[in-house]
Amino acid sequence: MRLLSRAGKSLSRTAIQALPVVLGIVVLNFLLLQLVPGDAADVIAGESGSATAETMAALRKQFGLDQPVLIQLANYLDHLAHLSLGFSPRYNTPVGDLIMSRLPFTLLLMLSAFVLSLVVGIAFGAFMAAFARRWPDRALSLFVLILYSAPGFWVGLMIIVLFSVKLGWLPSGGAMTVGADLTGLARMGDLLTHLVLPSISLACFFTAVYARLTRSAMLEVERQDFVRAAEAKGLGPFAIQMRHVLRNALIPVTTVAGLHLGNLLGGAIVVETVFGWPGMGRLALDAVMARDFNVLLGVLLLSSFVVIVANVLIDLLHAWLDPRIESV
Amino acid sequence: MTAPNSAMPPSTRTPGSILRSQGPLLDVRNLSVAFPGHLAVRDISFHIDHGETLALVGESGCGKSATSFALMRLLPRGTAVAGEVNFNGIDLFRTDARALRNIRGKRIGLILQEPMTSLNPVRTIGDQIAEGLVRHEKLTWTQARTRTAELLDLVRIPDAARRYDDYPHNMSGGMRQRVMIAMAVSCNPQLVIADEPTTALDVTLQSEVLELLDSLRRQLQMALLLITHDLGVVAQWADRVAVMYAGRIVEQAAAHDLFERPVHPYSQGLMRATLRLDDGTHYSNARLSEIPGSVASAAGEQGCAFAPRCSQATEACYHAPPALVPFRDRLVACRVAVEPSEEPFRAVVGR
Repeated sequence: MRLLSRAGKSLSRTAIQALPVVLGIVVLNFLLLQLVPGDAADVIAGESGSATAETMAALRKQFGLDQPVLIQLANYLDHLAHLSLGFSPRYNTPVGDLIMSRLPFTLLLMLSAFVLSLVVGIAFGAFMAAFARRWPDRALSLFVLILYSAPGFWVGLMIIVLFSVKLGWLPSGGAMTVGADLTGLARMGDLLTHLVLPSISLACFFTAVYARLTRSAMLEVERQDFVRAAEAKGLGPFAIQMRHVLRNALIPVTTVAGLHLGNLLGGAIVVETVFGWPGMGRLALDAVMARDFNVLLGVLLLSSFVVIVANVLIDLLHAWLDPRIESV
Repeated sequence: MTAPNSAMPPSTRTPGSILRSQGPLLDVRNLSVAFPGHLAVRDISFHIDHGETLALVGESGCGKSATSFALMRLLPRGTAVAGEVNFNGIDLFRTDARALRNIRGKRIGLILQEPMTSLNPVRTIGDQIAEGLVRHEKLTWTQARTRTAELLDLVRIPDAARRYDDYPHNMSGGMRQRVMIAMAVSCNPQLVIADEPTTALDVTLQSEVLELLDSLRRQLQMALLLITHDLGVVAQWADRVAVMYAGRIVEQAAAHDLFERPVHPYSQGLMRATLRLDDGTHYSNARLSEIPGSVASAAGEQGCAFAPRCSQATEACYHAPPALVPFRDRLVACRVAVEPSEEPFRAVVGR
């Protein structure tokens, strides 16, 4: 009950804070993108190979690019107020449809990498803490250090070489088998097998961070008096770790994990490119290349939404983990 | 172990009564504790009888807490212990981990010094009390909840039934220490070890908590090992006292005897350094007596650890540590004090 009311308070507080943040992000991004040389008309003209000044002016007029910057901004905000993300000159479709077709893939990749890195990282950390300063700890620490220092795209390429090229266990790219036209469970299974490698390569770095953090947090908590009190109660080592140590150690881990959600989205762009994963990251990259600023703004806006919502979830998780955090 | 507890009036406060013949509840022999690079407890022996309160007194760093944790084998990894700890005929140092866990919390309860940090901040106090009950008494969590409410009531927490779901941060220091006490006595232990249970509390709460502890001791017929540096607490609540200095027990006596006639020079110094309202001492007319020097001088001392601070130390005191030997009604570890001719010695004490 207490948890529910805390969740409600936390949500309403976040909603109030999120509105100006999102508005600021939109305006700032819009103005920054004006500094980029070239626009969509330039790219289209360049690709077609020949274009007269008249056709380019016509294109600009059609896309609304001939207006003064502030008018363009006002138009964009007006669209937003009507819950529309504008129109993509490049794809000739509404930006909202474009993003909505990509968003689930990015969310799926982010979520699976996030869960994977947290679960594996905490498990590694707990294992290292249990064997602190003995050889299993040292061995795993070394492995974690390698995970930490290897760049995501390199890990991606290497596991493609190993698992798809050499062993042939998993597909190397894309989100579905092309032309397989599967339905139901088979389709889901197909998607999941395509998801494995991108998730792993995205999760590597974060796994390493959470493993190190969990290890040190658990060793820190183990020195606390209440752990000694729990031992004095006659609890077994497993019960002590689970009920007393781990839950306290998770608090710093979830804090950092919450801060990492933005980085995870950034990392997703690289991994999506390596694996040809049809997510928002690749859409954003393509949009930059095509100077398709409406799409880019939409992606940035949606990304900030994703990060805000994820942070709310982390806040709720925090409130559940640590009862001392009470409607501060 | 088969000796019926009920045969003994729980309020028996005379040490060395007939009950000694049944064997002590806890018998510690030649206990030593070594932290890496530092010998904290040196070869100490003492015992606790059923239902009695033994106070272990001494200044900070003299090895009191190390002793108490060593009894339950709760010292951090890398700490070496030696000796023998017999609890009801079981050698706690040689029993396996599983058997030890069956004794911890069930037969021996522990109360720690700092109620702020000895409760897990992210779990309800009720759960923390109940988990011991679930572990040892094989209760379900629902049954344990009911029993926990009774325990909270027993330690005089008002509105006990509703406090189960409170977190430690919802409670005051005194309440938290009551929760710790409830936790320690939850499975009717035969022995409770209280490591400076009132040091972190303010003075008005101290006597309340100690009074509670003592009444529970009588009610539940348990023995109490009270670790403290507060002589006032010792005088009021202990049956017997063991005075520790630099890792050794220097004097062991019935509380009354110790306060009446301290024999070891260190005990004498402690008594002189205690203020009494009735003797008219006040900072404006007298200086509080002190023991010269500091405990740091005991480091690396070959002989009696107290010798560098002792006004009566002889040449022999510096050669080998004195043994704890019977002397009249007590045990004392001092060559000078136990010498047959005690007239010149008395004169020095008088000052």
